[in-house]
Amino acid sequence: MAAPDEHVAAEGPTLTRGQVLAQAEGVSFSYGRTPVLEGVDLTVHSGEFVALVGPNGSGKSTLLKVLLGSLEPVSGTVRLLGTRPADLAERGRVGYVPQRPVLDSEVPATVEEIVAAGRLARRGWWRPLRQQDRKVIRHALESVGLSEHARTPLNELSGGQQQRAFIARAFAGEPDLLLLDEPIAGVDAESQRRFRESLIHSLRAHGAGVLLVSHELSAVAAYLDRVVVLKRRVLFDGPPAELAASGVSLGVHEEDLPLWLEGLR
Amino acid sequence: MPWPIDALPYPFELGFMQRALVAGLTVGVFAPMIGTFVVQKRMSLIGDGIGHLAFAGIGAGLVAGVWPVWGALAVAIAGALGVEWLRARRAASGDLALALFFYSGIAAGVVLVGLGGGLDAGLLTYLFGQPLTVDGSEIAVILGLGAVIVVTMLTLRRVLFAVVTDEEWSRVAGLPVGLLNTVLAVLIAVSVVAAMRIVGVLLIAALMVLPVASGQLLARSFRSTLWWSVAIGVSSVVIGLAASRVWGLAPGGTTVLIAAGFFAVVAVVKRGAAPRLRAEGPGL
Repeated sequence: MAAPDEHVAAEGPTLTRGQVLAQAEGVSFSYGRTPVLEGVDLTVHSGEFVALVGPNGSGKSTLLKVLLGSLEPVSGTVRLLGTRPADLAERGRVGYVPQRPVLDSEVPATVEEIVAAGRLARRGWWRPLRQQDRKVIRHALESVGLSEHARTPLNELSGGQQQRAFIARAFAGEPDLLLLDEPIAGVDAESQRRFRESLIHSLRAHGAGVLLVSHELSAVAAYLDRVVVLKRRVLFDGPPAELAASGVSLGVHEEDLPLWLEGLR
Repeated sequence: MPWPIDALPYPFELGFMQRALVAGLTVGVFAPMIGTFVVQKRMSLIGDGIGHLAFAGIGAGLVAGVWPVWGALAVAIAGALGVEWLRARRAASGDLALALFFYSGIAAGVVLVGLGGGLDAGLLTYLFGQPLTVDGSEIAVILGLGAVIVVTMLTLRRVLFAVVTDEEWSRVAGLPVGLLNTVLAVLIAVSVVAAMRIVGVLLIAALMVLPVASGQLLARSFRSTLWWSVAIGVSSVVIGLAASRVWGLAPGGTTVLIAAGFFAVVAVVKRGAAPRLRAEGPGL
């Protein structure tokens, strides 16, 4: 893992500790007549590692899409890096790892080619990649343990390795804010370890804020600053210790979640 | 350029063959190059749809009394933008959007060509291609449009790759997806028109897609697929032109058949080699 001084400074404003990176205030959203989010408040600060949990269909992915500006809330306000998501010019400052990204590529595409796309978004798509950008791309590949597979076509990798490639694509943009939607679902133990190390590096070396949607938090529990429990509304928002005090283990599995959510009401 | 160039051997020793070679090589470079992005975007048939629209443009040119190439260029670009507009707004799926334009284009072409005096030999060269009769001004147009296509593709290749590979992520990442899809649509239209004199509007899509079908079997990256496809496209043109001279075959069709033949050989060889590769591989 590289020391912070090796970190290649990205252009744009630098982060100060405790800066608000993403904020939802009273956000409601519905698909047709079905309400999915009701009056949701959520804030992610720089250097903060926040987990968003909840049962299937609780609105976690929808909330991420609202924060990213892909979905417009019915009511409430959203700020992404201090502005409305639709007005955010520096979208490259936000790294996004979608849920189970499917990349059924017709033409072979190497891991490096996929990860380089993440750098383009940050650097300005019209500019050629420089030596410094290649260094950041290599670093992103190293941080997820895929250096030896840089030139391997993505579709020759295992599911876990492909997930790591998509995480590296987000890292290649040196994001100030990382939004990850179930990035470690069904991923092998080695990939989970690599993932945890690279996230913590991003938090500490760069001071980025991280919002992680996951069912399985045992791998990162020790590093979390806050856990937000969502089931259409925010049922809990606080440090993991407080959640543990109410008898909830963060390592619980998907099928157990509805049970312990009931207990929080 | 003085034709013929003395140094070239049979079957390229004559002026008309050399002009065909220059025009054909240009098409052999840019058609597979843009085809690599089109195949990755899963719109392999768009060249065919735009080709049919170009046919309507040729008819419009004949009726209006302007050079059919300009008519074809105007209608092909308008049509490509229309297909992209429908696809992006999900008003119709990619292939339904294509079908709408495809059939309207060929129908308009038939009506306009009838108004403009009917099907003659000149028109057939646009339908099926006839590189052996290209003149200096046509070569200038092919070279000019080809240069625009190649320079744009090479400049934008990384960001175009990102957009055609993962459009949803590119949008979230703030890449100008709409603009780049529009640029790609215009380049497809330009390449159809630039290539129609060589392989014809009915076969242009083949020269975009068939070399890529072979290239993606031979390569292990997007970049190398692009260059393999160009190499196969150029080879198909040279062999196709030579074969058409030697055996008196239709050059457009022969070139496409050679490209299809490349695919057959590559597919068989790779299939034969695949078990061996697996057995020798490091077991990833």
